[in-house]
Amino acid sequence: MTARNETLHGRDHLLFLCAGPATWFAHFMLCYVTAAVWCAKSATAGAPLGGARVAIAIYTVIALFITAVIAWRAWRQHRFGHASLPHDDDTPEDRHRFLGFATLLLSGLSFVAIVYVALAAVFIGDCA
Amino acid sequence: MTKSEGQERRLREVWRPPPGWRYWSAVNNTQIGAWYTVTAFVFFLFAGVLALIMRAQLAVPENDFVSADTYNQLFTLHGSAMMFLFAVPIFEAFAIMILPSMLGARELPLPRLSTYGFWCFFIGGVFVCGSIFFDAAPTGGWFMYPPLAIQQTGIGNDIWLLGLSFIEIASIAAAVELIIAVLRTRAPGMRINLIPLYAWYILVVAGMILFAFPPLIAGDLLFELARAFDWPFFDPARGGDPLLWQHLFWIFGHPEVYIIFLPAIALIAMIVPTAAQRPVVGYSWIVLAAIGTGFISFGLWVHHMFTTGLPNISLGFFSAASEAVAIPTGVQIFCFLATAYAGRFVRSVPMLFAAGALAIFVLGGLTGVMVAIAPFDFQAHDTYFVVAHLHYVLIGGMLFPVVAGVHYYFPLATGRLLSERLGRWSFWLMFIGFNVAFLPMHFTGLAGMPRRVYTYAAGLGFDTLNLVSTVGAFLLAIGIAVIVYDALFAKRNARSPDNPWRAGTLEWIGRLPLLPWGLRSIPEVHGRYPLWEQEHLVRDVRAGRGFLPDANEGRRETLLTSTIDAAAEVCLRVPGPSFLPMIAAAFTGGAFIFATYKWWFAAGVCSLLAVATIIYWLWTGTSDQPEKPEKDVGRGVTLPLYAKGASSVGWWSLLITMIGDMTAYFSLVFGYFFFWTIHDDFPPPESALQDSRWMMIALAALLAAWLLTLLARYANARDRAALFHGALLAGALLASAGTVSLVLAPVAAGLDPKAHVYPAIVWVLAGWTALHAVLGVAMQLYAIARRARQRLSARHDIDIHVVALYWHFVAITAFVTVAVIAGFPRVMT
Repeated sequence: MTARNETLHGRDHLLFLCAGPATWFAHFMLCYVTAAVWCAKSATAGAPLGGARVAIAIYTVIALFITAVIAWRAWRQHRFGHASLPHDDDTPEDRHRFLGFATLLLSGLSFVAIVYVALAAVFIGDCA
Repeated sequence: MTKSEGQERRLREVWRPPPGWRYWSAVNNTQIGAWYTVTAFVFFLFAGVLALIMRAQLAVPENDFVSADTYNQLFTLHGSAMMFLFAVPIFEAFAIMILPSMLGARELPLPRLSTYGFWCFFIGGVFVCGSIFFDAAPTGGWFMYPPLAIQQTGIGNDIWLLGLSFIEIASIAAAVELIIAVLRTRAPGMRINLIPLYAWYILVVAGMILFAFPPLIAGDLLFELARAFDWPFFDPARGGDPLLWQHLFWIFGHPEVYIIFLPAIALIAMIVPTAAQRPVVGYSWIVLAAIGTGFISFGLWVHHMFTTGLPNISLGFFSAASEAVAIPTGVQIFCFLATAYAGRFVRSVPMLFAAGALAIFVLGGLTGVMVAIAPFDFQAHDTYFVVAHLHYVLIGGMLFPVVAGVHYYFPLATGRLLSERLGRWSFWLMFIGFNVAFLPMHFTGLAGMPRRVYTYAAGLGFDTLNLVSTVGAFLLAIGIAVIVYDALFAKRNARSPDNPWRAGTLEWIGRLPLLPWGLRSIPEVHGRYPLWEQEHLVRDVRAGRGFLPDANEGRRETLLTSTIDAAAEVCLRVPGPSFLPMIAAAFTGGAFIFATYKWWFAAGVCSLLAVATIIYWLWTGTSDQPEKPEKDVGRGVTLPLYAKGASSVGWWSLLITMIGDMTAYFSLVFGYFFFWTIHDDFPPPESALQDSRWMMIALAALLAAWLLTLLARYANARDRAALFHGALLAGALLASAGTVSLVLAPVAAGLDPKAHVYPAIVWVLAGWTALHAVLGVAMQLYAIARRARQRLSARHDIDIHVVALYWHFVAITAFVTVAVIAGFPRVMT
């Protein structure tokens, strides 16, 4: 019984749940490390962020795109078949939908959090 | 005697705690969970008394009730004990006790590991707390900032560093245990969309421990090397920087706040639906909250460092993340409120504490949003405003939910209900006392009173506020004393009926109190609240109509199931009572405790004895070969008795442990790059490792040893004994040679770790890698011995899979170490 259930629509993986927040974390660390190294290695104390800001803009576009793709996939997973929330049936379909819905919510949160972090680079233009 | 009674008698016999003095060799989760809970509460009361002494000192200005030095010991030990000996361990204690039965398991998958963790916690906690009775307690504050904490003499700070590092073993052991429990020991049918919310929270928190505690262990290592051997990691005169400690400490310290908060809020997630008598509203949203908070909590650490002079842009990122974490935190609170409103609200003491918790926590959360704004923090930093904020968060987010949990789960642990009347008294005393104590501290802080001062001058506007806080603190203490009184004398209270709160989750399925076997038989689960949704479930389980209703081979057994759909896979045999975990913990403790006094010989002997005990424990107690390949587990299902290779509990536990190990290692690598960013020339030209030949030899030898270990795994699978032994022996020789050349590299370059931070960090990276390679050799030799004694074969192959998995990580460590030390400087020039 289990072999078919586990492979329903490709094997659901717990790690996919974390894809959104992991994207947020990667974006966050890249932004922080880029700015920190840029400021630590620039010659003057209040040097402009210049190239670091461009890099952060690029990271942000890529991260938001990845998050949107995850959200789209998760949305389709959540809408699979006909059942609606709360996805608490003892069936492989509802397990599949639940994971999709939770992933969707997490990618939404990540999207917002990525925008928050990127806003810092919109308002701050130098290393002061 | 009916068939069911016979089965029950055998089960009782198998799971019975050992009698007499041997009781202390117990490893079962119900006993360990109870010991853990009681020990953590004793440390809580101890740390609470320290707080009362501080409040007595601060009640009036220019008081001399305690000296400045004693006061330093008091606040350091109060913070450290509350965080490391109560807040984190109490979650482990509760989870060890209730998680298995909530998941429909008989026992945790690695009972001896949690027992080892408990004894480490117990010994380390007594050692750290005991120090104050010898006037030798740490004085550096609970976050031990250098340079002060390095310059302070005496052994107090060493006790903090080594004692608490030792206790962190317990947390990591619990994390390994709990992750496997949630992922692999759920009752059949308990799919991932059906698991109790408590289990979701525990899974997230255990994962967080793996990434949060190791940076502190890495920091402790650097700190102790600095204190004991004068290595200059935090000394600017020799290239070091005290800020590295702040980074490592808070990469641990901020997630730690959520490691404390999430399991406590998890208790609320169980209590609220029961009180409302309906399923929780927004199950998926709460899962979002748990996972989202878990991740974002790792992007907050610099908000403890807003005043250290980092560039504003860095502060901006962390400020943004600190605001973002309020979103998932708020979501779960709205879900609980919605559940309470949507259901039939049944008034009870646990619900009273849960409501109080939410009220206090929301206030703490709001001041948290305030201090997350960097300019506000510049004003409030290191004042009593922060003291007020953190106590609102921790007491609202942790203590009140834990007391709610104590009231809720007391019948499960003891079979008795706590008194309703005393519960209400204690709640109002605690709630009023808490607010009277801590609300004024916001104003004391805004008026400018710094934290951690042992006294203050009269007439600065602090006098009345402090006196009020002291009165509140004692009121709070009286409230806690009422609970302690109630718990100690609960024997006079009425016996609890089964399932007294009419809850819907599995831990309430049996008779009270919870018996060591967990459940009479393991049910098949079809919903989130099986007791509400599945008719006749209680009757069937109690009549032994579930899985594993019997123990006819006289072994302790539970089920291993698949991670996503909880399909039954293996009948897992778990070990019974043994003194080995306690002995191993005592020797491990000796190694840390003697090192505090710099009694290196005694510490070395204890380390060897600890290793010997653990090897004996592994040899006699793990990868047990069953007497038959499979057994009938009831309900017409037959399952194998041996989980092979990568599906075994041993393999999973090593994988999880090594994730933590890698985090510690990458924290050290972070240290290297941190020093690179603060220096114009790093490595400094005069001491750079010019000749990288030894490094390259080491890398080649260690990678070859890794490949040979994989070859041995292949040979074992095909039962080719000669190839197996040859590959592992050659691997062990090459690994030894690699270890030697790894150490020779800095020796040949004449790197003196005391001279500058560059040689010091190179020595640390090389030493860390060498130590892992030595352990790898020990594992290879162990596998050779196991196969020679026919305890390892193609069919029973766990040992070699575990060794090969370990060697993957050694290979990564060796590669990164050599790439950083020998490769990075070349790339940069």
